[in-house]
Amino acid sequence: MNPLALMALALQSIRQNWLRTLLTLLGIVIGVSSVIVMTSIGQGSQQQIVERMSSLGDNLLIVTPGSRSFGGVNLGAGSAGTLDVRDVQRLQQELRSAQYISPLVRLNAQIVGGVGNWSGSVQGVDAQFPEIRRWVVATGSFFGARETQARAPVAVLGDTVVRELFPDRDPVGERIRIGNVPFTVVGTLQAKGSSAFGGDQDDVVFVPWTAAQARLTGRLEVAQVMVSAPAASMLPDLEQEVRAVIRRSHRLNEAAEDDFSIRNQTEIMSVVSETSRALTLLLGSVAAISLLVGGIGIMNMMLVAVTERTREIGLRVAVGARPRDILAQFLSESVVICVTGGLLGAAFGMLVVWVLQSIVGIAAVVRADTLIVALSFSAGVGLFFGIYPARQAARLDPIEALRYG
Amino acid sequence: MSTAAAHVPADARAAPRSAARPLLLTRGLSKVYDSGSAVVALDGVDLEVAAGEYVAIVGESGSGKSTLLHLLGCLDRPTRGEYWIGDAQVSTLGADELADVRNALLGFVFQNFQLLPRLSALENVMLPLTYDRGRRQVDPRGAAVSALERMGLADRMDHRPTQLSGGQQQRVAIARALVNSPPVLLADEPTGNLDSATAKEIMAVFDSLNVGGTTVVLITHSADVAAHARRVLEIRDGRIVRETRRGES
Repeated sequence: MNPLALMALALQSIRQNWLRTLLTLLGIVIGVSSVIVMTSIGQGSQQQIVERMSSLGDNLLIVTPGSRSFGGVNLGAGSAGTLDVRDVQRLQQELRSAQYISPLVRLNAQIVGGVGNWSGSVQGVDAQFPEIRRWVVATGSFFGARETQARAPVAVLGDTVVRELFPDRDPVGERIRIGNVPFTVVGTLQAKGSSAFGGDQDDVVFVPWTAAQARLTGRLEVAQVMVSAPAASMLPDLEQEVRAVIRRSHRLNEAAEDDFSIRNQTEIMSVVSETSRALTLLLGSVAAISLLVGGIGIMNMMLVAVTERTREIGLRVAVGARPRDILAQFLSESVVICVTGGLLGAAFGMLVVWVLQSIVGIAAVVRADTLIVALSFSAGVGLFFGIYPARQAARLDPIEALRYG
Repeated sequence: MSTAAAHVPADARAAPRSAARPLLLTRGLSKVYDSGSAVVALDGVDLEVAAGEYVAIVGESGSGKSTLLHLLGCLDRPTRGEYWIGDAQVSTLGADELADVRNALLGFVFQNFQLLPRLSALENVMLPLTYDRGRRQVDPRGAAVSALERMGLADRMDHRPTQLSGGQQQRVAIARALVNSPPVLLADEPTGNLDSATAKEIMAVFDSLNVGGTTVVLITHSADVAAHARRVLEIRDGRIVRETRRGES
């Protein structure tokens, strides 16, 4: 029989048992659509994570102070306070292969100005900081090297702070107070949104790190030093260089352990994106199980159909059907059901993804390969779970079959 | 699939045939069912049926007449013995070739009609043409329509089997058996489920088909039905025990 005749035969028998077919179809629809929704969500969040991670800056080393124990209790990374202004200066003077260097001085303070006050994060950074962390100036400008050197009381506001304190006007030129210290706003930044770890990146005020030390913290320590390389391939060399400079600065001898640590941003990024890829795979496999369950439903239905149509099979054999005609008849029926279910499931899955994106606001990306994999998988399910019932049908003894029922 | 028609012995379909060579020929045809203890259903049957004959096989239930018909219809395989249709030794054919023989050379009529309930009369009649791999029918629908018209069912083509009387259903089944113009028509108690008036009607159909040149082999336990045939074989315990020939009438 030609494929067209087989299709017609399959559709005919589907029409005759439309309710049963519809229910079985539902299993495949749910399976395929959940595969599509799950992998789309996984891939969407993966893409989002990679985007946000790269907004942290890439090719970046982050130097943090080591830990310190107090009465047997380790106070954790950064507690030693072993990074200070001297280390920063030596790094700035001695590093050859670094592209940008910026220390970070962190504090929380009450910010007063504009329409009220706001408790936010204040970060003392270098003029090169926007290049490292990919901040884009919205109005005014970022402070430069000269303000940094002069410990100038100038501030650049993140988008959240602007909206809280200056909802109605451009704050450039306005005066604010951080703690009790007056600063002048010289610029505002474009919003970056939430970070890869969920925090609001825009809830921040940047000031020159020298000014933060001199006017706000009154201490020489810095929380971290960011060093960026022109290319990812240079990171290992740069890491060695940074380690050597700080060890010299700290006068550590050969045997002593580092009293600081260096993290590689690119490594963290690849770990995170690896994790989210694994998550996508996990979501997809869980969804694939439901497709498998749908396939078992198909098999069940086809077995019932073979039993029900035993006499029909016997008759078809008696009028000249070959075993392979019977096999093809039942196989094409299960494949038609599965492919129909796959198409409906793909449409439904994309609808759900669209709703998630545009109404719920969950990042989800339907990729063409997801669709192709889901559809061919459902056709495969039809073949796999259809083959056993179809073989049962093709093996029927015609005399027994004609006597059946 | 298109090469399958090659297995069908071409001369077997050519009717009328020379009387020299029988259309159906069996030698020592035996069937033994091996269900626990061996049951001999058919025990070395030698049978020759010439083209154009009208044969009735009679016998009590369990005598082996159904087994013989199934073997003649290629629905079952003999345990021993040979079976020839025309020049082709059917007993050695594989499953696919047997399917082609059933499709092209044999028409089957069953006691309980065996129509597919969800198909119309016309679709039922077209069923064998679906498996007509030789593509001998250029116009399957036309062939089915004319077969139904020959059975006097021109106005019942779109009816489902349940909408037809028993006699009409059996005539649809006969139309289906004839649609591929097979040289041999095999019937398994064709009037067993019909009242006597309808049975006469159906037997008249077989008579006229035989007059038209179709070889008819039927099994029955009704003497009235057997009386239509010109040759009656009585079978008992798997053997042909008596053969009666009627003079040409």
